[in-house]
Amino acid sequence: MSGTRERIEPGQPVVEVEGLGARYGEQTVLEDIDLTIRAGEIHVIMGGSGSGKSTLLRHLLGLNQPVAGQVRLFGQDIARLGEREMLALRRRIGVSFQGGALFSSMTVEDNVAFPLREHTRLDENTIRIMTRMKLEVVNLAGFEDLLPNQLSGGMVKRAALARAIVMDPELLFFDEPSAGLDPVVSAELDELIIRLRDIMKITVVVVTHELESAFKIADRITVLDRGRILMTDTTGAVRATAHTRVQALLQRRPEALQLDAEDYLQRLTRS
Amino acid sequence: MYALTENLGRRVARGIDEFGYAALLLAESLYWLVAGVLRGQPVRLRAVVTEMMRIGVAAIPIVAILAFANGVMMALQGVYTLKDFGAESQVIPGLALSITREFGALIVGIVVAGRSGSAIAARIGSMQMSQEIDALRVLGVNPVRYLVAPILLAMLVMVPALTILANLMALTGGGLLCVLKLHFSLASYWEAVIAYLEVADVMQGLVKSLVFAVLIALVGCTNGFMARGGADGIGHSTTRSVVLCIAAIVIADMLFTLFLSR
Repeated sequence: MSGTRERIEPGQPVVEVEGLGARYGEQTVLEDIDLTIRAGEIHVIMGGSGSGKSTLLRHLLGLNQPVAGQVRLFGQDIARLGEREMLALRRRIGVSFQGGALFSSMTVEDNVAFPLREHTRLDENTIRIMTRMKLEVVNLAGFEDLLPNQLSGGMVKRAALARAIVMDPELLFFDEPSAGLDPVVSAELDELIIRLRDIMKITVVVVTHELESAFKIADRITVLDRGRILMTDTTGAVRATAHTRVQALLQRRPEALQLDAEDYLQRLTRS
Repeated sequence: MYALTENLGRRVARGIDEFGYAALLLAESLYWLVAGVLRGQPVRLRAVVTEMMRIGVAAIPIVAILAFANGVMMALQGVYTLKDFGAESQVIPGLALSITREFGALIVGIVVAGRSGSAIAARIGSMQMSQEIDALRVLGVNPVRYLVAPILLAMLVMVPALTILANLMALTGGGLLCVLKLHFSLASYWEAVIAYLEVADVMQGLVKSLVFAVLIALVGCTNGFMARGGADGIGHSTTRSVVLCIAAIVIADMLFTLFLSR
C-alpha cells in the first residue's frame, strides 16, 4: 500500500501553511499564519492557552476548514482533496490527541490494532504481531488487555502514541504530550519522541505549552501568541531573541502579558 | 421585545440547522450502507449485531411487560365502556385493530426512545468530547459509517421486530382479560382476532415502526454529535434526545394516522 508513494527527502517541506486565517463566530482565532515544517525535524508549536495552537493543529489535521489561506501536507492542498486522496494522505499521518482519545470501549490492543483492521487486509496474526511491536516501542508490552480507564495518564499517552505510529506514518502530530503528567513521566515521553524520530525517521510536530519539554525535544520552535506567529527559529535563536513578547513568554512574566489598557477597555465595552 | 424576537429567531435557525444535519446523517448513512461495500469500506456486520443486541434484544423484557399490561388495560376499559351498550364482545375488534395499527408500534417507539435514544446521544456526545470522533476522522474512518450507519440499520431491523412482539403480547394480555371477564375460550378469542385483522392493519403498524426507527436513530445521533461543553452538555443533549424522540414519534404517529385513516 506504500509502494506508490514517493518518499520525502530530509529537509523537504512536509507541512506548508500559507496565510491561514480562522474564526469562531466573530472572534478571530488565527490570522495570517505562515509556517513550513521540513522532513525529519521535530517542530514544536508553542503558545499559552488561548494562543490558537489547538485551532492551528485542527487545521493542520484537516478537521477545520480555513476561512483564508491554505494548508499543504506533502505538497497537497488538503482543502481541495477528494475523499479518496484524503484517505491516502491520512494513512501517512499519525496523531496523538491531548487526552489520548483512545476508544473507551476497546482494550489497548484493539485500540492500537484499529487502523490496521480498518485499512489493511492483514490477517489477525500479523496484526497482533505488529500491534505488540508498537506497544513494545512505547514500553506498554504486557498491558494489551487493559481498558483505557484502567490506565494511568502517562500510559494513555503512550498507548495513543502506539496507535498513532502503528501504520508507520511519515508525519506525526502530538498534542500536549506532557499535559497532566508528572515531570518524570513527561521526561520519559520526551525521550520517546526523540527516539521515534531517530529510529523511524518521521517528521514530528508537537503542540505544547511546556517550555522545558519544548526546548528539550525541538529542532525548531514556532511561538504562537494571540493567533499570530511571533517567530519560528531554532531553539538557540528563540532563546536568544530580543523579541520582548517571546522573552516574556519564556520567562513567564505575567505582567508583560497583560493587555494594554485601551485594548482592555474595548473588550469590556464591546457588547 | 427585540431580545425576544432575536431569541426566537436564533432558536428557529438552530432548529433548521439540526433538521438539515439529521437529513444529511440519514443520506450519508444510507450511502454507506449501500455503497460502502463497493468502496471497500463496508459497514461492519459486527457493529450492527452489537447495536441490535443493545437496541433490540436487551429491550425484549420491558417491551413484553409493558405491552402485556397495556393490552390488559385496553381490554378492561373496552369491556367497561361497551357494557352499557350490551356489546362487550365488540371489544375484540377494537383491541385487534388499535393494537396492531397503533399501540404496539407506539409502545415500542417510546421504550426504545427512552432506552436507546438517550444512550446513543450520551455515547456519541462523550466520544465527541473526548476527541474520539476526531480520532476516527484522522484515522481515516468516517464517523457516520462507523457509528451512525450500524445504529440506523439495527433500528430498522429491531424496532419492527419488537413491534411484532408487542402486538402479540398486548393481544395476549387483552385476550386473557376477555377470557376472565367474558368467559370466552382463549382459542375462540384468537380466532376472532384473526378473523377481524387484515394484513393491511398489521402493515400499518410496521410501517409506522420503521418511521419511528429512523426518527430515534437520527435524533439520538444528531444530539450526540451536537453535544458541547462537558458533563453538563452531555446531560442536556441526553434529555433533549429523549424528549425530541418521543415528541417526534407521537407527532409522526398522529400525522400518519390522519393520513392513513382517510
